[in-house]
Amino acid sequence: MAKELKNLDRDRLRQYWNYNKKLTGMTLAIWFVVTYVAIFFSPQLDSIVILGFPLGYYMGAQGSLIIFVILIFNYAFKMNKADIDYGVEEEEE
Amino acid sequence: MASVGGKSFLDNLGKIYLMYTGGFIFFVIALAIAEQMGMSNKMIGYTYMFITIGLYAVIGISSRTAKISEYYVAGRSVPALFNGMATGSDWMSAASFIGMAGTIYGLGYDGLAYIMGWTGGYVLLAVFLGPYLRKFGQYTIPDFLGARYGGHAARWIGILAAITASFTYLIAQVTGVGIIMGRFLGLDFATGVFVGLGGILVCSMLGGMKAVTWTQVAQYIILIIAYLVPPVVMSQKVTGVPIPEIMYGQVLQKIDAKEKAINADPKEQQVMALWKEEAAKMDAKIKGLPATLDEGKKALDDKLAALPADAPAKDREAIQKSIKDYPQTPEAAKEKWTETKKKYEASSKPLKPYLQPFARLDMKNMLALTFCLMVGTAGLPHILMRYYTVPSVKEARISVGWSLFFIFLLYFTAPAYAAFARNEVLNNIIGLPIAQLPAWMANWGKVGLVTFKDINADGILQFYELTIGADAIVLAMPEIAGLPYVISGLVAAGGLAAALSTADGLLLTISNALSHDLYYKIVNPQASILRRLTISRTLLVIVALIAAYVATFKLTIIVELVAWAFSIAAASFFPALVMGIWDKRANKAGALAGMWAGFSICLFYMIGSRFYGVSWWGIKTISSGLFGIPLGFIVIYVVSRMTAPPSQELQEFVESVRIPKGASRAHAEH
Repeated sequence: MAKELKNLDRDRLRQYWNYNKKLTGMTLAIWFVVTYVAIFFSPQLDSIVILGFPLGYYMGAQGSLIIFVILIFNYAFKMNKADIDYGVEEEEE
Repeated sequence: MASVGGKSFLDNLGKIYLMYTGGFIFFVIALAIAEQMGMSNKMIGYTYMFITIGLYAVIGISSRTAKISEYYVAGRSVPALFNGMATGSDWMSAASFIGMAGTIYGLGYDGLAYIMGWTGGYVLLAVFLGPYLRKFGQYTIPDFLGARYGGHAARWIGILAAITASFTYLIAQVTGVGIIMGRFLGLDFATGVFVGLGGILVCSMLGGMKAVTWTQVAQYIILIIAYLVPPVVMSQKVTGVPIPEIMYGQVLQKIDAKEKAINADPKEQQVMALWKEEAAKMDAKIKGLPATLDEGKKALDDKLAALPADAPAKDREAIQKSIKDYPQTPEAAKEKWTETKKKYEASSKPLKPYLQPFARLDMKNMLALTFCLMVGTAGLPHILMRYYTVPSVKEARISVGWSLFFIFLLYFTAPAYAAFARNEVLNNIIGLPIAQLPAWMANWGKVGLVTFKDINADGILQFYELTIGADAIVLAMPEIAGLPYVISGLVAAGGLAAALSTADGLLLTISNALSHDLYYKIVNPQASILRRLTISRTLLVIVALIAAYVATFKLTIIVELVAWAFSIAAASFFPALVMGIWDKRANKAGALAGMWAGFSICLFYMIGSRFYGVSWWGIKTISSGLFGIPLGFIVIYVVSRMTAPPSQELQEFVESVRIPKGASRAHAEH
């Protein structure tokens, strides 16, 4: 199972995993802020009204969702690039 | 069509589904013209059902396969974008399609917990699980637990949790199919269920995952068109711009203003006072138990006896029905009457603002619910399984993004849907003379989704005199917007697509857990491919029949059980899967203890809080996972460190799952 691990530099692997951990951590931090912190401060955010939307309501109904989509694509593109940078990308068939 | 899933099909996916979408739109337009020329509503309903189910069947049958990898994981050949669409319809159930907007209509801001919870879970899935499961590259979720934690014990728990979570969910979908068939085709519930079942089985039986995938893509296209058309028209009508997601901001302001006016209206206050009296009467009845139980029963019997012989059959049936529904025991009466009392009390208090946070659900519970729904989403086996079907780890990552994008299209429209409906009810319906109420209210009144009672007898409809069922919001919207019946039929076809696609995925998850994990991996590892496929197909039919049979009982607890399934998946699966990838030190003992601990504490709190008044920090039953999820993680962490580390081989296995290199080799399967 671990054939692919041979010929790989252990340090490079560790760096790749650390990069992944950092990116994951940042993604989750934003995820946390736009949902839980936004819910927590919703009454305060509601005093800002844009196009009829109180901001607290908007975050729950649309804002957080848009950010989730961007977060996932951002994570995917960065990781797909990191695979190549750290030499652990999949072999093309 | 015989080559669905073949090479020329995969090379031309975009073209094929574009033509399909165009064809479907053309079909709807043709039906609209036919309606103008006098086609009956019933005929339109039947045409929709016949054509759409027929389409799914054609895709299902032409995807038949005898290859294991095609049957279980669609040959791992589904591009990211299309897997995203398939996941979208796999995920969005009858409840999302029909019930979500209605929930927000009723709960206001607090209902957004469902919107955030059911989308934010994909972020967890994207970073914690999706790509790694693809790298692992087997067939089922119990497969991963079995491989990572060694031996059959972890696989057994995986099988058990996958089946419990999926089966309750499946029954809810089958029930949804029966209801839609019943409302739009006039079939009775049981017939509707079994006709729908046929639709589910022809899609999945011959082609397994391959057939389900390409059908789900087709179903997604129908369901999203059906969902978006009514609010777009409504937005055009109300605001002059056909983009409901942007325009409903101004509608929210109108709702807010009208709610204030309602609370200040003396007539409305009169109605509230009357409900207060009703609540007090109910309270006296509850306190007078058990004597009041017999009095009530006697009053009904007398009423029936006193009915003149020439009274209309309808009156007689109504009384007979009340006698039948009348509580049998004082305990049952207490539960039923307390619920009624609560409903009356709610109607006796000023309207809570739609936009105000935490008016109906306190902040603590809103945070807890959002969290549990997110983790539950990321732990559902029928969704996780979809990421085995993409060609590479790279595509798996992108595919989670597409999945959420396609789900997002529906979910960010749902609050707009709810707002337009609420605006219509508040600003155009409330205050009308009862005699002039629009026709849609009478139409949906017939099936009990819209009811009203002129409690102050002034001939005018007040807010608290009207009750609208959550499902009515989406189902009645085409009529509210003044659209022709062809659009109502489209919405029904969309709801059906949502229910069928989810049912397909669930059914496959259950039968795979039994045929692959239980039979092939545990009972008979020497089984031939033919035998495995035959067993899987047989199980599919058996599980479907059991689900349909259970659904015909119409148990009211089902809706609640679905919410429980989420918490169970969240508390038992999620920690073990995540730790399996992220903690090299996690071992079998830790995982087993963690899964049992998460599962048990979650179940304990569910049953305790639902039936025995257990309450920790006032957390509601629906968020039971809140305790199980962290406990699962902690137990796995601690127990793993107290016992021997996993073998060198297993540690290397974890390392290999963490990097994409080597994933393509998984293609070398039969």
